[in-house]
Amino acid sequence: MRILVCVKRVPAPGSRINITSDGQAVDAAHLGFTTSPHEECAVEEAVRIVEEHGGEVTVLTLGPAAAEEQLRYAASVGAHHFVLIPITDVDWDPQRTAAALGSAIAGLEATDGPFDLILFGNESADSGGFQVGVRVAHALGRPIVNGIKGIDLADGTASARREIDGGFEVYEVPMPAVLGVKEGINLPRYPTMKGRLASKKAEVATVTSDAPAGGQARVRLHRPVEQVSETVILGTGPEAASAVVDLLEELGVLS
Amino acid sequence: MSLLVLCEHDRGVLAGASLEALTFGRDLAAAAGLACEAVVIGEGAETAAADLGAYGAATVHVASHAVLRDFGPLAWGETLAQIIRSTGAEAALACGTDRGNEVLAHVAALLDEPFVANCRQITPGGTWSMTRMQWGGSLLEDATLEAGIRLVTVAHHAVEATPADTPDAGTLVPFAADLADSAACTVVADRVVLTQGITLATSPVVVGGGRGVGSAEKFAALEELAAELGGVVGCSRAVTNNGWRPHSDQVGQTGTRIAPQIYIASGISGAIQHWVGAMASKNILAINTDSEANMVTKAGYAVIADLHEVIPAITEEIRRRRG
Ligand SMILES: Cc1cc2nc3c(=O)[nH]c(=O)nc-3n(C[C@H](O)[C@H](O)[C@H](O)COP(=O)(O)OP(=O)(O)OC[C@H]3O[C@@H](n4cnc5c(N)ncnc54)[C@H](O)[C@@H]3O)c2cc1C
Ligand SMILES: Nc1ncnc2c1ncn2[C@@H]1O[C@H](COP(=O)(O)O)[C@@H](O)[C@H]1O
Repeated sequence: MRILVCVKRVPAPGSRINITSDGQAVDAAHLGFTTSPHEECAVEEAVRIVEEHGGEVTVLTLGPAAAEEQLRYAASVGAHHFVLIPITDVDWDPQRTAAALGSAIAGLEATDGPFDLILFGNESADSGGFQVGVRVAHALGRPIVNGIKGIDLADGTASARREIDGGFEVYEVPMPAVLGVKEGINLPRYPTMKGRLASKKAEVATVTSDAPAGGQARVRLHRPVEQVSETVILGTGPEAASAVVDLLEELGVLS
Repeated sequence: MSLLVLCEHDRGVLAGASLEALTFGRDLAAAAGLACEAVVIGEGAETAAADLGAYGAATVHVASHAVLRDFGPLAWGETLAQIIRSTGAEAALACGTDRGNEVLAHVAALLDEPFVANCRQITPGGTWSMTRMQWGGSLLEDATLEAGIRLVTVAHHAVEATPADTPDAGTLVPFAADLADSAACTVVADRVVLTQGITLATSPVVVGGGRGVGSAEKFAALEELAAELGGVVGCSRAVTNNGWRPHSDQVGQTGTRIAPQIYIASGISGAIQHWVGAMASKNILAINTDSEANMVTKAGYAVIADLHEVIPAITEEIRRRRG
């Protein structure tokens, strides 16, 4: 089983997202970075699948040179091969990103054979374009379903579950296939000490892209207007319970 | 020239989100000098189309094909792309739901056009300008769109669905889609129905716990309080990452968006990705030892204390009053 996962490096802001003075990016000067959550689960899912069925996991990212950190993290939790498409701009638009990822994947497949399964996140945590996986699937001529929270593979078919109100929809997709997964599909493991050490030695291949810009262009980022509310402090210890229950009664949730 | 609004339905039941899309779409169409037309796809589409005229659709394209027996992202996308081509539509819009975003992404890939997801506001013109959501709505992006055919979704809940001042005809026009059998490979094959009760998304009371709770076992006190209030327990991502609660309990950007009468958020710092899932709550009571925590400063009410003392005391007080 050959599986490829596309992951994006994103900043990890805390209580507030600050923006650079040119309005083009999240100000990450004091922030750590992480793998976009849906994709962290996609890597875990890929590693579990090859643990069960055999095979290898390749992880691909388009981002700044520092995105190597997210590839090494994937190595520390069990992925095997790593490819970076380096960019120097802050973020590429979705069409351009998809074109670059699509041709990089086609290149990898031309040398090493097709991937049975390609996993994306449902949407990237930062820009959230909801489309890169779909575009890549079309470019490769493969079926794709998004929003996946469960995958079973048998006899060349990926049985994929998608959450809906009150249950799941099931899709039976012939492989090779592409799936967009959501956080909650699994609980990603933490890297072991051995995994961390191995990740330092992982080799990261580089593929360049000259994909042209698409039709969506960023003007600037800004924060939504927040309603500021005065906080009413009901107490500083268990004796606050009485004031809390008064409030619950007032709101009519005690009936 | 027209703007097509994709109206989602589930086996004939129109999604409320579709009426939001139509409300937004008819205003956008008017501003852009386009006719507003709706599209409904597949089995049950005619039933779903009944009210669309009242929300401003002059024409409703009703697409059918054997493959369209149920929802399928590729089959729906292919169908909408065909209607765009055959009507010469200038633009297509859907609501930014899972299905809406997914179908429009397929249309964009098929037509090789850009697609802008989750817009809150759009100004048409030679180049369209829009404000769209990033980070699940914690951040906004002003963007421009240059395209042959404009493909956009409107963020869910960005507008309230309201009928048009003057209802339009909503004339049904059948459309025979031309789909290959292979388009069926991503049509829903089966459904698993889980037992339904109050869910996190719909519960009137949510008792939330974060890292401050300390362990899976210590959620028992939150369960007790939630049960007393006829509510459910929610949690932060720190909790799910620790394996203390299932992901289905997670509130936030990559979890569930809640809108209870009251959200009791205990031991939760209120990171922006958690807040975005909690901010639609009518009232928030933060319980935290740190008076500077974001959850505390943003909440309407707070108790600055150890949750392990406060939560059982609240449960006890409720029981005492009930006698
Ligand atoms: C892309 C992305 C998406 C994310 N999506 C989500 C999401 O969907 N949902 C989500 O929740 N997070 C999400 N996160 C994670 C988020 O950034 C925070 O890391 C997380 O919400 C922190 O959880 P917490 O508040 O429980 O923990 P902490 O931030 O560690 O806060 C613990 C709080 O408990 C208080 N406390 C400690 N002990 C006690 C006590 N005894 N009594 C009372 N108070 C106490 C502390 O003062 C503190 O305020 C996401 C992050 C990223 C990068
Ligand atoms: N820069 C990137 N590098 C690698 N994968 C990406 C990148 N951007 C997006 N993706 C993948 O495409 C999915 C959808 O992204 P988006 O269309 O931006 O919401 C993400 O969840 C990732 O799996």
